[in-house]
Amino acid sequence: MAKRKAIEPLLWLLFSAGGVLAALLGPVLLFMFGVAFPLGWLPTPSHAHLLGVLGNPVVRVVMVVFCALALVHGAHRFRYTLYDGLQIKHLNEFVNLVCYGGAIVGSIVAAYWMWQVP
Amino acid sequence: MPDRITLEVARYRPENESAISFQKFEVPCHKEWVVLDGLNYIKDQLDGTLSYRWSCRMGVCGSCGMNVNGEPKLTCATFLADYAPGPVRVEPMTNFPLIRDLVVEIGDFMRKLTEVKPWIVRRKEKPLSEGEYLQTPSELDEYKQFSMCINCLLCYAACPIYGLEPDFIGPAAIALAQRYNLDSRDEGASERLDILSQHEGIWGCTFVGECSKVCPKDVDPAGAIQRYKLSASLASLKRLLMPWGAE
Amino acid sequence: MRASPYTEYHPRWLRRRKSTYWWLERMSYLIFILRELSSAFVAWTVVFLLMLVHAVSRGDVAYQQFLSWSTSLPVMLWNLISLFFVVLHAATWFRLAPQAMVVHVGGRRLPGAVIAASNYLLWVMATVLVVWLLVGG
Repeated sequence: MAKRKAIEPLLWLLFSAGGVLAALLGPVLLFMFGVAFPLGWLPTPSHAHLLGVLGNPVVRVVMVVFCALALVHGAHRFRYTLYDGLQIKHLNEFVNLVCYGGAIVGSIVAAYWMWQVP
Repeated sequence: MPDRITLEVARYRPENESAISFQKFEVPCHKEWVVLDGLNYIKDQLDGTLSYRWSCRMGVCGSCGMNVNGEPKLTCATFLADYAPGPVRVEPMTNFPLIRDLVVEIGDFMRKLTEVKPWIVRRKEKPLSEGEYLQTPSELDEYKQFSMCINCLLCYAACPIYGLEPDFIGPAAIALAQRYNLDSRDEGASERLDILSQHEGIWGCTFVGECSKVCPKDVDPAGAIQRYKLSASLASLKRLLMPWGAE
Repeated sequence: MRASPYTEYHPRWLRRRKSTYWWLERMSYLIFILRELSSAFVAWTVVFLLMLVHAVSRGDVAYQQFLSWSTSLPVMLWNLISLFFVVLHAATWFRLAPQAMVVHVGGRRLPGAVIAASNYLLWVMATVLVVWLLVGG
């Protein structure tokens, strides 16, 4: 029985890791680029500086891991919210496809774009 | 403090009704009276047809769980004076089928509890001649909190997942499974894992946390379930990466 | 016409259906749903950051365009709302962590406050590191 559902425990591990990363890095990153820089509260980094930061191999890896896990975290939780909050059990397969599919696509895009940084 | 308080009690008499109705009763409001005292007063003096469960009246039997003003509570541990001037709404616990008045059907839980094997499982029983199982105080502390469960089912009334998913095994049953998993004398952890590592088991839980909030014995079933998720997922990972190390 | 008040073995039990708006019945349920919804805003943060990365890759002009787009009112408002939810996610995550994690050190259980404190410390360190990477250095 446990073998068939081996995916659920692994999804939960990914979800938890994503939750930790999202909690640690999410607020500061969104605050900086979504609020602080646009409002001029802090000096916006120059293009060259950002290129240097993003080009760093450690930063590349961390960003890909962060993006992938945070997306899985979001997908996993959102799927359960739709399932429990709106009680749309009959759409279960569709919801799973959209949520996890989106997370997988997003992760691939993240890996590709981080690799593409000159 | 007023000397009388109104109880709005849910009534359901299946022979005549197909829905719940509310009946108002005025009962004395003594300083030390609990909701259960009010219900007993109603049954003794005002309406003998009121049906409800109760037993020890001191918070150890788990019989008197009901929704008081929308919150799952033990009626023997809920003081009337705290709700003065009232009225106090007394309803059957949520998420359970209703048999009559304030009495709910708990057969579903009884069946699920048996499924999780809440007893010491040994691959081979120790013969009597070898003496008793020994356990240190710190080994006892590992599971003691989860052994405090009185099966009052307030956690099931509070858990929205149990209300939405009839197959969900539920907080108390999983906490009791953990109580045995963490017991140093037990060897049944992998058997219970097969049963509980399912969508109806631990993976259906989304850590709402209401169960631990309403628990009258501080069992913290939500914590038990989250810890179980971690150990179950690590066990699954181990099984995946090292299938030869059979558990 | 009402179904018979008796089933085969006993008087008919009343099965009360849970309302679709069950999460509005109690404040703790509402906060739970908001907490779960924060996951969508976590996903938006990733999308937003990836858009930034892509713009940086394409050159300075694209980067400046991204910056001015992120200053536009609708985007700012959306990001403010998202920030609220992402912070909600972090706050609730750290609050729940001690309940979910039991750590043994030398045979004794670490108190929940220690686990919570170390999570917050980690968060402060991560924040300082990111700010330094972007603004300082």
